[in-house]
Amino acid sequence: MHSDLGEEMTEPIVRVEGLNKHFGSTQALRDLRFDVAPGTVCGLLGPNGAGKTTAVRVLATLLRPDSGTALIAGHDVVRDPMAVRKRIGLAGQHAALDETLTGRENLRIFGRLYHLSARSARARADELLERFDLATAGDRQVKGYSGGMRRRLDLIASLIVAPDVLFLDEPTTGLDPRSRNEVWEAVRGLVTDGTTVLLTTQYLDEADQLANNIVVIDTGTAVADDTPGNLKATIGAHLDVTVEHVDQLATVARELRTLTGAEPEVVADERRVTSVLDTKTVPLPKVTLMLHESGVAISDLALRHPTLDEVFLRLTGEQKPLAHNEIEMTEDRT
Amino acid sequence: MTSIAGPRRERGALYDLLADSATMILRNLLRFKHSPGEIIGTIMFPLAMILIFGYIFGSAIPIPGGGNYREFLMPGLFAMGAAASFAGIMQKMANDNQLGVMDRFRSMPASRSAVPVGTSGAELINYTLGLVVTALCGWATGWTAHTGFWSVAAGFGVILLFAFGMIWLGIFLGSLVRNVTTAERLAPLFMPLTMISNTFVPTGNMPAWLRAIADWNPVSALVESCRALFGNPGLSSSTAWSMQHPVATILLWSIALIAVFAPLSVRRFQKMNL
Repeated sequence: MHSDLGEEMTEPIVRVEGLNKHFGSTQALRDLRFDVAPGTVCGLLGPNGAGKTTAVRVLATLLRPDSGTALIAGHDVVRDPMAVRKRIGLAGQHAALDETLTGRENLRIFGRLYHLSARSARARADELLERFDLATAGDRQVKGYSGGMRRRLDLIASLIVAPDVLFLDEPTTGLDPRSRNEVWEAVRGLVTDGTTVLLTTQYLDEADQLANNIVVIDTGTAVADDTPGNLKATIGAHLDVTVEHVDQLATVARELRTLTGAEPEVVADERRVTSVLDTKTVPLPKVTLMLHESGVAISDLALRHPTLDEVFLRLTGEQKPLAHNEIEMTEDRT
Repeated sequence: MTSIAGPRRERGALYDLLADSATMILRNLLRFKHSPGEIIGTIMFPLAMILIFGYIFGSAIPIPGGGNYREFLMPGLFAMGAAASFAGIMQKMANDNQLGVMDRFRSMPASRSAVPVGTSGAELINYTLGLVVTALCGWATGWTAHTGFWSVAAGFGVILLFAFGMIWLGIFLGSLVRNVTTAERLAPLFMPLTMISNTFVPTGNMPAWLRAIADWNPVSALVESCRALFGNPGLSSSTAWSMQHPVATILLWSIALIAVFAPLSVRRFQKMNL
């Protein structure tokens, strides 16, 4: 194969080919396949129960797939798990730490289990705590840490041996926006060092902020695999028009259909019409002018990115909305 | 000797197992350092038991053949602690499971057997501390052994061996339950195990069917062994084999517990599908 693009010639560092995994009657992974290029961030995006956690558990050698292969830096996760474990770091949905120990002690213990000498385990713990602004908190017990500090320490624990591939399973689920930003900053720092990151998330904006490439996963299979920009472009921006009177909804829907050529969604309860809108061909002023001329009383008008729901509806073609439950931390496995 | 191709010469599975187990024990000792509450609990519990049973109930319980009730009670308290030793480790393991600490250990290039093996060692250290405290509390309230050094050492030996078996049971159960709440509900299961026995009362006056259960309860065999080895009063007059040969009985039980649950737990940690 010949190509001018050096990128396409690079061997992927994570290669997932036709993974299947079922739990009882539930098919958690269904012929899942995707690649991750070295030095990039891949976002595995999907709702609860889509199979994201199952996929990460297979790649981290915690779960044996029913069929299919997964290679990390060329090593098969089933045939040579030890070689894989030497090259990966894992930070799961919870802060996997010993709460009664201090941050520094947790890191020392993990360092020893990575077979560092006592002295290097200590030195590495100090170095990482310093780098991630936890040097002073490092001597306090983890149970006194904030949610953001715990996740950062958890992230550090997965970096002790500078892994080739770092798996982050919903690193910010359940965090407040400020803590979420802390974790994002930490991840960005790693990426500049050249670490490959595979991150699962149910938040589109998180994938958008961090990932070079997004694999959208639904019922255990990849339904899209593209850059965030391309994904959003295929779905387009969304326009919400809220009217004063319910009887004007039909007018608005008709006018929008004419302008965009797409079928708008009418939500009568909320007196709202939603339509995709490509602002390059139909600028927003054109829309407002049209609505004004048709004599409709508008109470609200908003142009926004598509929500995760809309991305999924579009990609999967299903009519059921996704369950959004940010507190629910249920994992994919059963 | 052939040279091994690859990034790094391995240190050998046994070396890794020992080194990683030592790390797990270190983790446990660090926990102790930070939880003085746990140590106070370790001291308070046997003291409370000695107070409640030794002075309150004990005043109404006659010992066949005579003798001080607190002398009768202490082997029972040692055995109770040994029987209960599965509960604490089961809850700690469930907590580590729930938080994902176990997943992290299993995703590391450390020996997977080291997690259960190291944990069992760490927990035996914890239990031994508790046993020493219980013995000192008993000694302070008038209990003592009346036999020679080797006999006393054998008594504590069988207690530790049975506790080790129960610890392996706890490790296995802890690796099965994925959340702390379930583990907490399972923990009081040891109560009937210690109550339907000769721990607190002589079994002579129990209904025949209950006495049969009590006689064959491994806890009874442990208590009976300790009473014999420490020279404490209240030896059973039962004709059941387990009461005639209590030391052999408890050795068999302990070895069976270890032989069953240690390999099962190790296998569970090595298996990929948890």
